[in-house]
Amino acid sequence: MVVTRMGDGSFVTMSREEVKQDVEEGVADAVKRGKIEALSSEEIERIVEICCLPQKFVSVEKGNELVLTYDSGTLKVTRLGIPIGMPQILQLYERAFGADSLELAYVHYSFKTIKSIVPEEQYAVAETSLVTTAPLLYGAMPNLPLYTQPDGPCPNAAELLPLGKIDEAKQAQEEAAEYAIKDMVFVSSGVYEAGADGIDFDTTAASGDAEFYATLKATEKLREKYPDMAIEIGMAGEFVLGFHGQIEYDGVRLAGLYPHKQVELAEKAGASVFGAVVNTNSSRSFPWNLGRAVTFCKACVEVSNIPVHANVGMGVGGVPLVMTPPIDCVSRASTAMAEIGKLDGL
Amino acid sequence: MHASGMGGIRTAGDLVARMQLSRKMRLKEAKEYVAEKLKVSVDDLVDEVAMNELRKDLDIGDVYAGMGEQSRGIEAKFRIAELLDIDINSVQRFLRKTKW
Repeated sequence: MVVTRMGDGSFVTMSREEVKQDVEEGVADAVKRGKIEALSSEEIERIVEICCLPQKFVSVEKGNELVLTYDSGTLKVTRLGIPIGMPQILQLYERAFGADSLELAYVHYSFKTIKSIVPEEQYAVAETSLVTTAPLLYGAMPNLPLYTQPDGPCPNAAELLPLGKIDEAKQAQEEAAEYAIKDMVFVSSGVYEAGADGIDFDTTAASGDAEFYATLKATEKLREKYPDMAIEIGMAGEFVLGFHGQIEYDGVRLAGLYPHKQVELAEKAGASVFGAVVNTNSSRSFPWNLGRAVTFCKACVEVSNIPVHANVGMGVGGVPLVMTPPIDCVSRASTAMAEIGKLDGL
Repeated sequence: MHASGMGGIRTAGDLVARMQLSRKMRLKEAKEYVAEKLKVSVDDLVDEVAMNELRKDLDIGDVYAGMGEQSRGIEAKFRIAELLDIDINSVQRFLRKTKW
């Protein structure tokens, strides 16, 4: 029997046949929803094998290592209650944790809140860039809801929609998108001019299609302004919510896009790296979630011309939806993403 | 880095990451590019022993930044920019700020 986990992190015991059945069902779910190719029977067998290994920790075969980028990089240490500065945290990432890249991130991890402290963030970026060697990104979330009342200037689409004010809700989101574009370009320009290698738009489209639109437009503007800037667009979920419903980028309706379609637009806008996300279903098993996540990510990698880094962590990339992701699942998901999904990074 | 990462400056992970971020290179292309520039095999890129020696020889920084005369931080990045034939933003800024 195989001891594995459910998507909520709890242990579950399954036979090898049950593991295989769950992987196949997870793959089939991705195929149906995304209208993408299924994994081959060999690839499914390999995922089953990875899930069934008795070791607690699993790793890639030598030669299959990939590049790691991070989201909310410095925050991961700040959240632990360890009171050290961002430059020192990134020195630890580089010299103690073996990080391939670094990400500097303020506790209020949204562009709207950061725009008022850009000079302080520029100082942190400039200082970090002097004492670290690895590529340095600055990360933040587009976070469109911060632009809605009562926190921001725009009418709140979430209040307008239940009242049946569809056109007003769309207009409010379009207005919020314009504010967000300005803030993303302003903050990103500031940290790039302070010495960062680039920017990471993290949890893109968390509030839906208008937020994805805003991020793509900001990317387009930044690419035009800084041709050499590294721009990573990391998504919030596997599916772009149609909260607006009709907003388009370059003639493509954004609502309902899955990773293999999202990456085409990210590439068109000028992104350097795309961060694909596949959500974890906490009611299904880890094998089901892993089979599903790898299927979506592999389809994304196959159509992309830019590096794809899958999000593998709390509740994404097959990993259970818990605050302390179990290493048995994280290491298996990382291995499967590298060896079967053929990701460029995580 | 545990299950699948390249290892950052313990190996050549930072250099491969740079090629992805600065030139949008896919993983295979980025590894081959860096291996060619370092004159090593692709397999050597993730060998801590080989890369630690090579990083010392090339003076491009390693995890023991507090020991010896190794280049660190921005010093190492000047050398990496030349080695990989790329512009590094912080290096360009440093040059602008130190030019009279």
